[in-house]
Amino acid sequence: MDPHYPLFYVFHFYLFGVIALASALTFVTRKSPVAAALWLVNTMFSLAALYVMLDAQFIGVMQVLVYAGAIMVVFLFVVMLLNLGHPSELADARGKWWKFAAGLVGLGLLSEIMVILRVKLPQQLVVPRGFNEQQLQKLNAVGTIAEPLFKEYLLAFELTSVLLLVAIAGAVVLGRGRAAGAR
Amino acid sequence: MLAESLALTAALFIIGVVGVLVHRNAIIIFMCVELMLTAVNLTFVAFSRYYGAAGQVFVVFVMTVSAAEAAVGLAIIIAIFRHRQTVNLKDINLLRG
Repeated sequence: MDPHYPLFYVFHFYLFGVIALASALTFVTRKSPVAAALWLVNTMFSLAALYVMLDAQFIGVMQVLVYAGAIMVVFLFVVMLLNLGHPSELADARGKWWKFAAGLVGLGLLSEIMVILRVKLPQQLVVPRGFNEQQLQKLNAVGTIAEPLFKEYLLAFELTSVLLLVAIAGAVVLGRGRAAGAR
Repeated sequence: MLAESLALTAALFIIGVVGVLVHRNAIIIFMCVELMLTAVNLTFVAFSRYYGAAGQVFVVFVMTVSAAEAAVGLAIIIAIFRHRQTVNLKDINLLRG
């Protein structure tokens, strides 16, 4: 099932994987929201590199534009808007025993997921060897996603627009504040 | 590379879960949720190599949902901050205003 990968590819795959993991660990141990957000951006960038290596070039670009670009900027903007970062806000982490319990929960979940991952994958659903490359040649990186998106998943796509409309309306109503809402 | 991707996914997801449990700053908890969503995206991409490009379509949907979620969630955080002058969950544990 797995074709043979050149050493160059494997090395960079592991490199970006380790960067993503290390950035995520640093992210989760930061107390300052700004530092956490920047480390999370680093994780997103390494994941974008992994997406490109996994033949999902368009998703990699989307990852950089949408996650690292748009969503994290919104987070930083809110941190700036609320003027967080003074010492009382920074002392946010929970106590020692809570952290210990959280670590135990994490280890338990991790072992569960690792056990689930050992399950045998359905071989009859696997696309034939070279099919993805063929599609990539025929439709380009964007077309391979656009074709199923606008054919098989058109209804879901249209529902997504409703979701975005609801989100915009909700954000505006929530962000308007009490003074305007009382009127 | 499937096994490595899935292991990385699991690790990132668990880091997100532990972050949600450990932190008390609402914004950092929210970023941990984003990390969990991204970790799941990596699973979709890794499987899309073997099961066709439909997995990548789902990544687009997950990204849209997480963008909508970020917009609404941050609006809620701003509303709470306006009400309570804090985003620390220690001070936001009541359902009544």
